[in-house]
Amino acid sequence: MYRQKYLFLLPGLLVLVAIILFPLLFTIRVSFSSWDVYNPGLNWVGGENYGRLWEDARYWEALLRLTGLTVGTVLLQYTLGFALALLVWREVVARRLFRVLFLIPMMTTPVVMSVLWRTIFHESLGPLNPILEGIGIGAVPWLSQSTWSFIAVMIVEIWQWTPFMFLLLLAGLLSLPNEPFLAAKIDGAGPIRTFLSVTFPMLGAISVGAILIRLIEASKIMETVYVLTSGGPGTSTETSSYYIYIRGMRDFQIGYSAALSLTYLIIMIVTLTIVAKLLVRALVRDQA
Amino acid sequence: MNRTLRVALATTALTAGAVNAQDYTKYGIKADVPGACSFEAIDAKDYTGRTLNIITHAIPVIGEPTALHATQFQELTGATVNVVHVPFGDLFQRIMIPFQTQQQAYDVLFYASLWLGDFNPFFAEVPAAYQETSGMKSVTETYRGIATVGGKMVQYTMDGDRHYLKYRSDVFSNPEMQAKFKEATGRDLTVPATWEEYNEVAAVFNNFDFDGDGAPNFGTAEVTKRDDLMFSAFISRVAPYAKHPDVKGGFFFDLETMTPLVNSPGWVRGLELFVAAQASMPPGGTSFGLGDEIFSFGGGQTLMSYSWDDAFVQAMQPDSPIRNKVAAAPLPGAKEVWNRTTNAWDTFETPNQVSYVTWGWSSAVASASPNQDMAFDYLCFFSNEANTLADLQIGRFGVNPYRAEHFDAAFYQTEMGWDANVATTYADTLKSVDTAQNQVFDLRVPGVGEFMSSLAAGVARAQAGEATAQEALDGVAAEWTAIVERIGKDRVQAAYANVVALEDK
Repeated sequence: MYRQKYLFLLPGLLVLVAIILFPLLFTIRVSFSSWDVYNPGLNWVGGENYGRLWEDARYWEALLRLTGLTVGTVLLQYTLGFALALLVWREVVARRLFRVLFLIPMMTTPVVMSVLWRTIFHESLGPLNPILEGIGIGAVPWLSQSTWSFIAVMIVEIWQWTPFMFLLLLAGLLSLPNEPFLAAKIDGAGPIRTFLSVTFPMLGAISVGAILIRLIEASKIMETVYVLTSGGPGTSTETSSYYIYIRGMRDFQIGYSAALSLTYLIIMIVTLTIVAKLLVRALVRDQA
Repeated sequence: MNRTLRVALATTALTAGAVNAQDYTKYGIKADVPGACSFEAIDAKDYTGRTLNIITHAIPVIGEPTALHATQFQELTGATVNVVHVPFGDLFQRIMIPFQTQQQAYDVLFYASLWLGDFNPFFAEVPAAYQETSGMKSVTETYRGIATVGGKMVQYTMDGDRHYLKYRSDVFSNPEMQAKFKEATGRDLTVPATWEEYNEVAAVFNNFDFDGDGAPNFGTAEVTKRDDLMFSAFISRVAPYAKHPDVKGGFFFDLETMTPLVNSPGWVRGLELFVAAQASMPPGGTSFGLGDEIFSFGGGQTLMSYSWDDAFVQAMQPDSPIRNKVAAAPLPGAKEVWNRTTNAWDTFETPNQVSYVTWGWSSAVASASPNQDMAFDYLCFFSNEANTLADLQIGRFGVNPYRAEHFDAAFYQTEMGWDANVATTYADTLKSVDTAQNQVFDLRVPGVGEFMSSLAAGVARAQAGEATAQEALDGVAAEWTAIVERIGKDRVQAAYANVVALEDK
């Protein structure tokens, strides 16, 4: 009777095995094969794919580029999201309307959003450059010059995912107790002092959670790059996910792309674990 | 089986002829054309209770005619026809994965013909009966060659493609523009015969309002976006410098040794000129995909362009501001051609022009399909003479000329209302590609996606200034060597021999 309770875990365990463990184990096995367009199947090539990966400069460059893109966009999303949350936290006219408006970008499918932004950035037909020229800034080579293309990808990412930061931080702000703010007011603290000593520290835990979730999501960036730049000009906007997609789905190097994916997964797990520890130490007072 | 099918087709044709002729114009055709694949012949078949599964490209290009003719086929035969539409970027894997995992997912497949080297082992040979239909017999030798591997026809031809030059004839014939060009260069304005001339013309008319609408126009629109078919544009530019008319045995590789030729001086020269042309492109032109190129030239923004038919057809739409102000010509050539047997540049008085019979859409039947009879009937119906003539007139369908009768200028004048000059240059250019002595075909070998992806990445590096043309192509050559080793030299060589056989015929 007592042992039967474990049977209730079985459906969940089966689902876990089917959708997480099996694909992961299968990917590990595929990464040790030479499965490609002409050699389908699970032969054994040992660590050949991993050896090749080590010498694949394009993969490491993409990873480095991804790091810059991820850190840059997430920090800006956090800053902007925090600012917007603070803006509609207190009594503001049409507060509810603003809250809904700020969430719209996040609700839109990334591919659709990227197509819209590609149209906006289009240097011949898009509306952005004429506006910039109209106000005297001049046309910008958004998608045809390496640095600007990188910035364009960042802009779309920031525009789309700042609402996520906004949502979490606003929820955090709304859940804060009033007493510390009253105490700060009695002690004569101004708005900046109150923010630095009360609001920001009290949102430490939520900030760490929000940043980590976004770092995980941003490190998988694919749709924006695919639609907006296809990794170009040159390889200037090619990220790890996009590069793995090219190797796996375009070139059909299934074995090699499995090795790329697993290496990427391990790097991400290790890096994000370290980042999480550092963030907790820096932002969450109780853990300091 | 072939004999049975032949008898069945003949019987069907006879039966169809015996019954009262029906009016099939409700299907959008001008008139049914008698034959084994005609509306009447297909109407006489009964596939009630059977299901045909088709995978094709997204709507509209090829996807729309696939769906249209599937509905018609369903109505005529009683079959259930399921059509799956897939975006181009996913099409290869959606076809290949079922093949490799031995699932019988689709009976009929529409795909890019350059993937033949990968898909070939999974295709059924086109039965002789279908090869002898009137529609198939009028397919030109070039496009029959594309459908054939090792003497076996495995692709069912329903489209023909090539790259050619498109230009604004109103500008080239305008005395003011001619004077401007003469003043700038000291020579007469002529349709570019070499890529150097092309770049020169593009530069003179770049950022200049040649159509007088108050907005600047630009010299050239080209497909330059790395993963958006740019490799094909690059092949057009490289071919005349690297494909020597007197040197046989390979354009991409030396067939004997399978040494990549992509970093030879001819290829490097082509890339240098491709990079130089970026200065004469519209804003954003260095990241143009095929769609951008179509709308840039087709919309009247640029003076010249080259690629598939789409931009030309776009320019000739009834509501186009440049309708009948465009013309077609063969791709520019080169007066200096790299001779890899002597390791020297050979000079030609008449430019070496190479026709790039680029990949297009093709179709096939899966060898594991249990419905091969119905599948081939669908394809022969799709591409019957009446349907093709109707499809050719709808630009967004992506069906382009591939039969001898498609190269008749009168068809475009009478059926599509084109001016005589436009129709003549178009039909003559297409015909010249088809009959050219010096032709280049795509690298239809196993792993073509990998080869072209590597090529595009290298070219993109040079375009972005990340490497010189030589450095970029040296990198590509090293990657190609590794790919050949990985896939197997013998396999790639055997497949490439089929391509070289087409070029060296």
